[in-house]
Amino acid sequence: MRTICLYFQIHQPFRLKRYRFFNIGNDHYYYDDFLNESIVARVAERSYLQANKVIRQIIKEYGSQFKVAFSISGIALDQLQLYAPEVIESFQKLANTGSVEFLAETYSHSLVALKCKEEFTRQVEEHRQKIKELFGQEPRVFRNTELIYSDQIGADVADMGFTAMLTEGARHVLGWKSPNYLYCNAKNPRLKLLLRNFRMSDDISFRFSNKGWSEFPLTAEKFAGWLKKLDKKEETVNIFIDYETFGEHQWMESGIFEFLTALPGVIYRNTNFSFKTPSEIAANLLPISTINVPYPISWADEERDLTAWLGNELQVDAFNKLYSLTDMVNTISDEKIRKDWKYLQASDHFYFMSTKFFSDGASQAYFNPYETPYEAYINYMNVLSDFSIRVNALAPGIAASDEIAGLTQVIAEKDALISKYESELKRMRSTKTKIESVSKSPAKVSAKSRKTASPKKEKTKSTKAGKK
Amino acid sequence: MRVLMFGWEFPPHISGGLGTACYGLTKGLHSVGVNDIIFVVPKAYGDEDSSKVNIIDAGEVVISDRIIDYRTFFQQMRFIEVGTALRPYSSPEEYEKLSLEDQERSKYLIQSSFSGKLSFSGGYGENLFQEIANYAAVASIIAYQQKFDVIHAHDWLAYPAGIAAKLISGKPLVVHVHATDFDRSGGSVNPGVYEIEKAGMEAADKVIAVSNLTRNIIIEKYGIHPDKVVTVHNAVEPLTNLELHKSERTINDKIVTFLGRVTLQKGPEYFIEAAHLVLQKMRNVRFVMAGSGDMLNRMIWRVAALKIGSRFHFTGFLKGDDVHHMFSLSDVYVMPSISEPFGISPLEAMQSNVPVIISRQSGVSEILQHAIKVDFWDTHAMADAIYGILKYEGLPRMFKLHAKDEVDNLKWEHAAEKVKDIYHSIIN
Repeated sequence: MRTICLYFQIHQPFRLKRYRFFNIGNDHYYYDDFLNESIVARVAERSYLQANKVIRQIIKEYGSQFKVAFSISGIALDQLQLYAPEVIESFQKLANTGSVEFLAETYSHSLVALKCKEEFTRQVEEHRQKIKELFGQEPRVFRNTELIYSDQIGADVADMGFTAMLTEGARHVLGWKSPNYLYCNAKNPRLKLLLRNFRMSDDISFRFSNKGWSEFPLTAEKFAGWLKKLDKKEETVNIFIDYETFGEHQWMESGIFEFLTALPGVIYRNTNFSFKTPSEIAANLLPISTINVPYPISWADEERDLTAWLGNELQVDAFNKLYSLTDMVNTISDEKIRKDWKYLQASDHFYFMSTKFFSDGASQAYFNPYETPYEAYINYMNVLSDFSIRVNALAPGIAASDEIAGLTQVIAEKDALISKYESELKRMRSTKTKIESVSKSPAKVSAKSRKTASPKKEKTKSTKAGKK
Repeated sequence: MRVLMFGWEFPPHISGGLGTACYGLTKGLHSVGVNDIIFVVPKAYGDEDSSKVNIIDAGEVVISDRIIDYRTFFQQMRFIEVGTALRPYSSPEEYEKLSLEDQERSKYLIQSSFSGKLSFSGGYGENLFQEIANYAAVASIIAYQQKFDVIHAHDWLAYPAGIAAKLISGKPLVVHVHATDFDRSGGSVNPGVYEIEKAGMEAADKVIAVSNLTRNIIIEKYGIHPDKVVTVHNAVEPLTNLELHKSERTINDKIVTFLGRVTLQKGPEYFIEAAHLVLQKMRNVRFVMAGSGDMLNRMIWRVAALKIGSRFHFTGFLKGDDVHHMFSLSDVYVMPSISEPFGISPLEAMQSNVPVIISRQSGVSEILQHAIKVDFWDTHAMADAIYGILKYEGLPRMFKLHAKDEVDNLKWEHAAEKVKDIYHSIIN
């Protein structure tokens, strides 16, 4: 029995409002509520709710034969709770069917995995709790932001206790190998890897309504036919796509919901594939080999690399500035700071600064509030400037406190020196008076007093230095 | 192929971007195989670069009555006499000079010297309309004497010359619109200039616009059929190493520069308002307004009224090397033009590795990617962009890496290729 794994990604960032440098220090609210609400409400209505309805119908019809996985970023959940709570309810109903698995990811849909293991772990933990709280599930499989993966990230994820992780079946990593098997991490083979079959996934998410495509129109029968034609030994086909594919990227009029409705039935009837969740696949199949990914990959663009987020100087600068605050922010428990810290990390902010799309504005135009990457950068940096002022105010900067500690130590040392000299002075004064009282010859006295004068001078010098 | 071109100025004797653009285009045409160009200017000084073109001085052409009836021609043109206030494209020095003069002039009367030659100032002066008329007269003589395949007239001053040459020779005419009076006047168009512009565009077989912005104006305001109007973006001459000198900084403050004529079209007041905004948040920055023009005094008043004079400097008109010197001192270059058909100076700034902020109301913004674009009236956005470039290291670093490459790829040869295609399309 071969398996097909459906996994849908849901993420919406908190888009920033136009934040001019004048606002820095005055205005600590960064988000464009109107834009965020209208986008979330629109996507919820056109995509999430519609698609959930279809999935609920499928589950009603096929029961536990049909399986599907979702990963919903923490930020998206926050926004849905704010602007479209009915979507949360709808997912909760799906969760109760037992056919749906929720995956873990970073709360912020962030790129933190590339920067700092501790913060990465913390964010994943936060997301895990949110999923548990809302859907009553303990995620066991991990998917990183934009399917970003490297050997090191995989090892970190294994350390967090996950048994499997999803990533891209990038051609430059796989070479001649097929993505249609289970693989495992090169550093820690206990972490299983499910690789995205990008051709078949993109057939649905990108090409479905493309009339210029040679396979247009795509029907469930055709898709099942492709599954049937796959090599008999291949074990699993992983279809990982954005949930907005249904109804937003591919409009309802394109027939995308009919395709989704028809797909499970056709697959049962025409093929020997069965639907499984990622954790079932990780438990049932044996990894066929390890995979070496020394440099991070993602599911983006032709290159399947990080250049959409960290490809130019603007992005790298903003990214480094943001994460230079990590240690300081983590000393603060202020709720507003924690929230902004989460929202500012969303990878989308860096995506908006990408210059890769100068040539094809289309793919970037999707939900991008900025006209140019430069605008995106300036706006983000203004916000970040204000944020870091607030952080510095609440957590006396680590650099600053180090300096203060150093100075306090110097003062303490000088104090010790002063008191030492004081006691010495006292002692000498007392000897002087003793000597004076016992002295008989005045000449001797003057000689003695000259002797005692010299340590006195030394003392005044060092106290001066101490004061400095 | 032989091209008869009419211009108004040619480097090094220039007062604006027109001469530079003509020079670049002729050089570009030369390198794409159109190497037989007769370039007519009202006044040649003798030190123009004539290696790529054959320069004819209109003042050296002998006029004789038997060739043309020049008065009839200009009756057809329906000239409208305009007041003495008209100084369409004055260079600052001339402006200073002219504003002191107040004299009556008899117009439309050929004042030829003994030899039968007409004299031209070659500038944009008081008797401009008369010069244009004279120029056209000479053009028809040149058209009669010379052999050529196509006529190419640059900007409205040379349109009558182009029309006259077409009437005489019957050869196709291309008019090249580097600017329209809508750009120069900010909307209050001079009817005399408009008439000439419209007549030129209508008489032309093809109209070349330096940007889509200009193309739209030509179509909408002059009623020219869209099929006849083609956009050919300008380019920029590569800098020679000699010009790329780096000047020593004598102050630590950041420098934000406005460079251009201080006239309505260039939007200098928006630069001042943005400067005022930035200075409220930043101290280590200075603003420089380099250039001169009829709004300069008002701008100085405004700076004084905003009490930012200690951080805002006026240099007056800059020439040649001083321009590059100014660029090399600058951290940001701002071009807040209200209406800029093309705008070559941001490209020059980018050649000197200076990050640029340009208004969306400029033709050059259509082709630049590595520039920050703002609406000229949005002084907050402009101030924000200035602040961003000065404050956040990522931006200058990014510009240094990419902007120069981008501008180096804007070659006159590409523009010339398009112009060449246009010639071919109308020759047969």
